[in-house]
Amino acid sequence: MGVDLKPSAKTCTSVKPLMNGSRMLVEALKREGVEVIFGYPGGAVLTIYDALYDGGIPHILARHEQGCIHAAEGYARVTGKPGVVIATSGPGATNLVTGIADAMLDSLPLVVFTGQVATQVIGSDAFQEASIIGITMPITKHNYQVRDVSELPRIIREAFHIATTGRPGPVLVDIPKDVSNAMGWFEDQEEVHLPGYQPTVIPHRMQIRKVLDAIRTAKKPVLLAGAGVLHARAQDLLREFAERAQLPVVNTLLGLGGFPASHPLFLGMGGMHGSYAANKALYEADLLINIGARFDDRLTGSLEHFAKSATVAHIDIDPAEIGKNVPTDIPVVGDAGEALKMLLEERPEPGDVAEWLAELGEAKRQRPFWYHDSDRELKPQRLIQMIHEFTGGGAIVVTDVGQHQMWAAQFYPLEEPHRWVTSGGLGTMGFGLPAAIGAQLGRPDALVVAVLGDGGFQMTMQELALLKEYNLPVKVIIVNNQALGMVRQWQELFYQGRYAHSIIPNLPDLVKLAEAYQIPGYRAKTPSEASEVLRRALAEPGPVLVDCWVTPGENVYPMVPPGKGLHEMVGVTP
Amino acid sequence: MNRILSVVVNNRSGVLNRITGLFLRRGFNIQSLTVGTSETEGQSRMTIVLDVDDERTAEQVIKQLHKQIDVLKVSDITDQPIVARELVLIRVNSPLQTRSELTALIEPFRASIIDVSRDTVTIQAVGSPEKVDALIFLLHPYGIKELARTGLTAFVRGTDVAAEAPRPYRNRVLSI
Repeated sequence: MGVDLKPSAKTCTSVKPLMNGSRMLVEALKREGVEVIFGYPGGAVLTIYDALYDGGIPHILARHEQGCIHAAEGYARVTGKPGVVIATSGPGATNLVTGIADAMLDSLPLVVFTGQVATQVIGSDAFQEASIIGITMPITKHNYQVRDVSELPRIIREAFHIATTGRPGPVLVDIPKDVSNAMGWFEDQEEVHLPGYQPTVIPHRMQIRKVLDAIRTAKKPVLLAGAGVLHARAQDLLREFAERAQLPVVNTLLGLGGFPASHPLFLGMGGMHGSYAANKALYEADLLINIGARFDDRLTGSLEHFAKSATVAHIDIDPAEIGKNVPTDIPVVGDAGEALKMLLEERPEPGDVAEWLAELGEAKRQRPFWYHDSDRELKPQRLIQMIHEFTGGGAIVVTDVGQHQMWAAQFYPLEEPHRWVTSGGLGTMGFGLPAAIGAQLGRPDALVVAVLGDGGFQMTMQELALLKEYNLPVKVIIVNNQALGMVRQWQELFYQGRYAHSIIPNLPDLVKLAEAYQIPGYRAKTPSEASEVLRRALAEPGPVLVDCWVTPGENVYPMVPPGKGLHEMVGVTP
Repeated sequence: MNRILSVVVNNRSGVLNRITGLFLRRGFNIQSLTVGTSETEGQSRMTIVLDVDDERTAEQVIKQLHKQIDVLKVSDITDQPIVARELVLIRVNSPLQTRSELTALIEPFRASIIDVSRDTVTIQAVGSPEKVDALIFLLHPYGIKELARTGLTAFVRGTDVAAEAPRPYRNRVLSI
């Protein structure tokens, strides 16, 4: 290995222990307080797995690397701690790519370790070689390739620091096989030295005062709260601020749970399938305060019509988000929690908003989310409402992507933060089941309900194996319309009903599938069956799968058609 | 419009890729990009000439550059007193009968002939992009066989000099 193992006079007095790169990794992960690793072994990480064999950190073996990374995302979302993933080089690493991109868009802290071929053969198209550094450069907050074992402790410390501070995001560390084999002295890392990475956490007081001045004179203010509030653990400050400044609150999809759904100032989710009241407020506002959201196109609809008459204030820890999509009058760079603290310190005073609040209250009362209920058919919206009722509204709800996701957002109102796990920015089908597994591991005592579509479920359904293996009491509920519902809906509305490849004709028997994985499976086809089966399933102490056959042709409404403004919603009323 | 950015980055492998990849995925256009070592060991300086539609895009580029961990400093020096230079190598047709004419032509540009063959000469010139453009324009009729431009490299002038410079010249790119 080229390292002199005889301790020199200097190292005799030092406390630095000698170990190989793999043991350094495990040691560094322990020092970072890592509770669980989501991983899948392979050739280039054999030494790392050998170091893990001695225990110390629980390892969850998913059945596909994509399962590992989505599980890590679910874990990070509910705990706020970084999700840690290990995969091998080449295909192991490339199988992580979707999840890394998902975490990047939804700002989830992940630290991903990939094996790599030995440094001597990098670039020679060696067996299981892929340039994961090049591949993940656009979808990570930062990435590293370790070239020398002595760099490893520093790089790991930096990776965790970058992933968890500022705007959180995924960081990838690529470790060539010879580096994880090489011996070196483990040097404890206290400080990070990153002159190029200094996130602004404390906002400028001047800018905060400008926001408060704008609130005092506004007649139609609205507060848009995104996931930044949740990352900052600032839900209580948000509520206090909204109450003191008398601001109606709209959540983004990922911000749900950051403001209590039952609060009189809450207008619901905004955007493409948001509530009428929320979109009305965003469209008509004369002051729009965005805190911790990034003006995603699914929220804004056509930018041409978005918040046209509003003064826009944008509070974000990432300065690049401010002014990116929507011109901003009052930029505030800083952490959502610190900004809210300062806003409260500076004594917010409401403007003359009584009329506006009354108008929005009326809109909320008169235009709630709706559907046509039925006694014969199980309506998907009714199914979500049942889940809400039987879980007392207190479950951690994990979704996949598509119609069921929107119905869950609409019909499972959340009172508490960190109970909503969904793939927003990337819209990754297959996210739900592994994310639910990660969420349950992060919150072992919580009731975790995975609400999945039949399409997305089939993309990662092999992860069912983990429920029994690790005894994770996840309640898997399939909203089964035997179609890729959202695709089917768009084909119905915008492609003259030409259902190209959106109907899944040959679905496996999901109850038998559950049984094959040794977990109880139930099926419901009517509201009364669903009611009975769900009660039974939720009372089970262990994992369970419920296959719910819902009305196949049901659409998600209301809807802002693509390219339209928030004032052009369709399907607002029955 | 063109913006000139001076960017100090960590001199690590992959940094150039990070920067160009950022431009690619965000759809920003680069006119030229030069990179080389700087006065500080371990740090490189990039001079990026951007082609952007408006101020907002320029601002977005700068913010996105700042987000890169290996980017230490970004300055938009377009409107500052700067020294900016580009080097060009031009191989041009030059039979013996026109050679002295060519030498006279390039003289005011302080360009020099750095290589000679039977039918061509290679001319080197250093200056602002406008000066380089002008030289290329004048040499065109002779038949340019090969041309290589380095792109612009620049930084802000010494502050004392800039302060003393008469006002009308302060904001201009230095030309010769």
